[in-house]
Amino acid sequence: MFDYIWLVPVFPAIGVLINGLLGRRIEAVSKHLIHWIACGMIALSFTVTCVIFYQLLQLPGDQRFYQVTCLDWIQSGVLQTYIAYQIDPLSMMMAMFVIGIGFLIHIYSIGYMWEDEGRYYRFFVYLNLFMFSMINLILANNYLLMFLGWEGVGLCSYLLIGFWFDDEANAIAGKKAFITNRVGDFAFLIGMFLLFTGLGEHGVWSLQFSEVFTHVHYLSQSQATMICLLFFIGCTAKSAQIPLYVWLPDAMAGPTPVSALIHAATMVTSGVYMISRSNVLFSMSPFAMGVVATVGALTAIFAASIGLVQNDIKKVLAYSTVSQLGYMFLGLGVGAFAAGMFHVLTHAFFKALLFLGSGAVIHSMHHAYHKVHCHDDPQDMRNMGGLKAKTPITFWTFLIATLAISGIPGFSGFFSKDEILWQAWSSPQGSWILWLIGAVAAGMTAFYMFRLVFMTFFNECRAGEACEHIHESPPSMTGPLCVLAFLAAVGGYLGVPHALGGSNLFHQFLEPVMGLGDGKLLHDATQAASHGVEHAAQAAGHLMHAAAGHVAEAAGHAAEGAEHGGESMFMEYLLMVVSVALACFGILIAYIFYIRKREIPAALAEKYSFIHRLLLNKWYVDELYDLVIISPLRGFAYFLWRGVDVGVVDYIVNGVARVVGWGSSVVRYIQSGYVQSYAVSVVFGTVVLLAYYFLKAL
Amino acid sequence: MLEFVVPALNLKAILPQLILALTALTVLLVDVFAGKDGKTSLGGLSLIGVVAALVTLFLSRGDFESAYAGMLAVDGFGFFITLIICLVALLSILVAISYEKVCPEIRSGEFYSLLLFAAFGMSFMGSASNLIMIFVALETMSISIYVLAGFKRDNLKSIESALKYFLLGAFASGFLLFGFALIYGAAGTLDIVKLGSFFTAHPDLLHQPLVMGGVALMTVGFGFKIAMFPFHMWTPDVYEGAPSVVTGFMATGVKAAAFAALVRVFFVAFAALQTDWTTIMWIAALLTMTVGNLIAISQTNIKRMLAYSSIAHAGYLLIGFVVGSEIARSAILFYLLGYAFANIGAFAVISAMGSKGEEYNELSDFQGVGFKYPMLGLTMSIFLFSMAGIPPAAGFMGKFFIFSEAIKAGYVWLAIFGVINSVISLYYYLGVIVRMYFKDPEREISIAAPAGTLVAALSLAAFGVLQMGIFPSYVWDLARASAKMLM
Repeated sequence: MFDYIWLVPVFPAIGVLINGLLGRRIEAVSKHLIHWIACGMIALSFTVTCVIFYQLLQLPGDQRFYQVTCLDWIQSGVLQTYIAYQIDPLSMMMAMFVIGIGFLIHIYSIGYMWEDEGRYYRFFVYLNLFMFSMINLILANNYLLMFLGWEGVGLCSYLLIGFWFDDEANAIAGKKAFITNRVGDFAFLIGMFLLFTGLGEHGVWSLQFSEVFTHVHYLSQSQATMICLLFFIGCTAKSAQIPLYVWLPDAMAGPTPVSALIHAATMVTSGVYMISRSNVLFSMSPFAMGVVATVGALTAIFAASIGLVQNDIKKVLAYSTVSQLGYMFLGLGVGAFAAGMFHVLTHAFFKALLFLGSGAVIHSMHHAYHKVHCHDDPQDMRNMGGLKAKTPITFWTFLIATLAISGIPGFSGFFSKDEILWQAWSSPQGSWILWLIGAVAAGMTAFYMFRLVFMTFFNECRAGEACEHIHESPPSMTGPLCVLAFLAAVGGYLGVPHALGGSNLFHQFLEPVMGLGDGKLLHDATQAASHGVEHAAQAAGHLMHAAAGHVAEAAGHAAEGAEHGGESMFMEYLLMVVSVALACFGILIAYIFYIRKREIPAALAEKYSFIHRLLLNKWYVDELYDLVIISPLRGFAYFLWRGVDVGVVDYIVNGVARVVGWGSSVVRYIQSGYVQSYAVSVVFGTVVLLAYYFLKAL
Repeated sequence: MLEFVVPALNLKAILPQLILALTALTVLLVDVFAGKDGKTSLGGLSLIGVVAALVTLFLSRGDFESAYAGMLAVDGFGFFITLIICLVALLSILVAISYEKVCPEIRSGEFYSLLLFAAFGMSFMGSASNLIMIFVALETMSISIYVLAGFKRDNLKSIESALKYFLLGAFASGFLLFGFALIYGAAGTLDIVKLGSFFTAHPDLLHQPLVMGGVALMTVGFGFKIAMFPFHMWTPDVYEGAPSVVTGFMATGVKAAAFAALVRVFFVAFAALQTDWTTIMWIAALLTMTVGNLIAISQTNIKRMLAYSSIAHAGYLLIGFVVGSEIARSAILFYLLGYAFANIGAFAVISAMGSKGEEYNELSDFQGVGFKYPMLGLTMSIFLFSMAGIPPAAGFMGKFFIFSEAIKAGYVWLAIFGVINSVISLYYYLGVIVRMYFKDPEREISIAAPAGTLVAALSLAAFGVLQMGIFPSYVWDLARASAKMLM
């Protein structure tokens, strides 16, 4: 079945072609047919993925690697690129949850977009196109095909953010996302060029992952750092990290299923995936890893701080996404690639659920407002309240997701977040500062998420007369909510840490991919540490065997691990308790502020109005960018237009045009239409040729 | 006693061409015996013949031989040219069937059989290995085309076009034949392979006036057919007047065939002279593309515009000729095929732009077409993008191969001029697209809904353009293998 992996991207592509070319006609006949085609294609794709995933599991761990070359793509000189896919634990893990969640969100969209007349088919075309691109990004076995997917998802993101483009604000948000991403894409591209030429100097002209990672030691330290940093800039745009995160909150202008699918669960995590995929490369550059960890931690707390005071339900979720992505990068940066990917997985479940839940809320609010012809903002939490009784399914599923993201023990978010925090503390590249930042951000996350829940679902309804019209959403929307709620609740049990008596299946599964580089060394070292003294010697032996170049360092870690073995087990429990306590504290505060004494937030906002305004206006980052980058750029563009283009280029072009015009009139004299003059021209040419060749003959 | 060797009748070597010729004859016969209704089947019949020729072409591929006492070279190069010609004929016939609505005259046996005979001649030009054979093939092709160009008998422009092409063509053929004669006088043979070995064996005889004059005159003759500056003057008038479908056919087929003969004669017979012709062909390439592009800008008739554009393309192809390496010759083959798809496609769209007896060939007629006739607008855009050399179309890859090979061989300036010219050409290619999508129509034009065959032709051409642009490897490998086998 492995050889049929190409079916996975092909099915969505077929959906794009059918609905894209004939959608308008199909929609005129039957709207149902549109979503049957779109969802059916994803279902087929998912089925194939499941079968391949199952077969992959049947193989022993060290044989879980397979490449399928489908087509020659570009063959030019030393550049040999193929449309080729790679089947390994990492790619299949991503494919499973991306396509699975994608399928749920396709189903959800049926209910959410049903009333969008005339554009229904277009929405599904874009969604299918997104799935096609995302699958290529994930399954690619080389950087170039990955980049194709990378660009494709960017395009779909743009198209879907501006889906309701008749409102100019949406169109602008789309442009912002696209342009910000271009900055990152450019860096990614340059990084790819450097990698290609860097390895090419040593005769390895390839962008194929397996080739690159086996020859990566040819790169010098500085080359690796440069490439990693450029790749990471690409990630900061795609995965919304400082400084290029600004587009993601605005991207919420798109329909909510889009926010859930693209801007929470899948596309924004592609940066994390890319770094995990390149873990061998990143392991070569401790500096780049440090940058990744630092940026991740800062983003986590920075975005969380903005989330504290936002009133738009989707904006809160957007900042929480940015913050959670920060966690993932923190994990990657300290060398815990598997932990980062684990958080990608659990985050996909609970964040998709949160967005879909918020979508259900907005859908209900919108309908209620529509009924009473009120034009208030259906996304503003200040207009909500008391939805618990009116939309019970939405509420309970939403609550599960909130518990998960807050890191309450037992729910999926707890396991992944806690693992990252522990690695941030204990890994050789971690430090207590990174842990502290992460833990505080976790507390803030619990606070703003429960603030959201309390404002939306508790207390009295603040929507005025629209209140009695608020109803639960259709089954096509609540169905996916329930499935995701189940996953958000239990998804974490895939990776129960050793400290809690689990066997961490998730890590074992990803081991063959993450074990290629230093990541393995660090991982082994820390694992040895938590297991205690007896494993240390074994790990050290393993390490020496794994990479001769890193022996000294790795053995050092192992020895350290052996020394602190028993101690660190205690530390892990202690840190776990502290972070859970912080989360509970956050929830408690939210409870006091938004249920018990609801006058406190306003009083606080007044008292510390400076800070409140700073947070409410998102630290004025947009304004800062406008001042520092956009305005000067616009001024320069104006200069280019009036000064260079009109003044110089047009002048030259007009001048040339005049000369050409004059020339044309001369030529026209020859091009008279008379055969005789044409013959003269032939004779003239003949004479010149004869003269030339006779001169040569002399 | 003079020994006379009867050449073996090697039918297999010429099977595709034979099928073309037999189909042409069959079409003529059917036309005579079938009634008025039977005439509608002529196009379909021709189509079957061309497809059969294509199939046999692929089936008989791989034989590498010299047939008919050295008259024909059955080699990869000839294979590729025949492939281009058959595809061109196929697309032209598809377009012609739908063009019957606009121009009823062409619904006749003469039209289709002449078209097939022309293809027959073109194909032999690609594999002829003897100067006399080249001349015969060239005349078979040219005479058919002269008649085809004037096929709209009651249209003055069409007749003018045919007459002009005939007069000047005959004039140029004279030069070509005289060139052949001089070469024969110098070397005593007309066999291209033998000429090659003769001049390698006698380098001292190379630079005598007889040879040099012959080469110069041959350049004139071939230069005329490929529309090289300054022998290009006939192109706009002929392209404009000829029925659109014929224009598409000759803009691609004649150019491919003539280029094939030019490459074979110069690189097989006169390879030893390569250093001598480089300079003059360098200048010719530069002038050809520059003149073509600059004058194309000021055209208001789309057929004239594409005529000048085809001159410019001859210039790009000449860059490949100047470079002359094996890869450059592959690039020429690749470029010719990509150009054929795009150009026939564009003329197919133009031929669709008309109703009975009336054609809309002014650039202003294309205003608003993009939205009114989405299929025509979209495919036309693809073809124009390809001609302009914008990825992901075939034209981009073609230019890429030619220019990159030019740079590798040290012709950096020629490549730079080529790129500058591509930029200039963007202006008029994109101008059409701008008109199609961003301007409102000036006058009401009503055209018939595209017939099935036209849709098939447009789809096939667009598919070819995109296939070669996105996945160039298949055709490129084929072109590489073909150029390697040049006898």
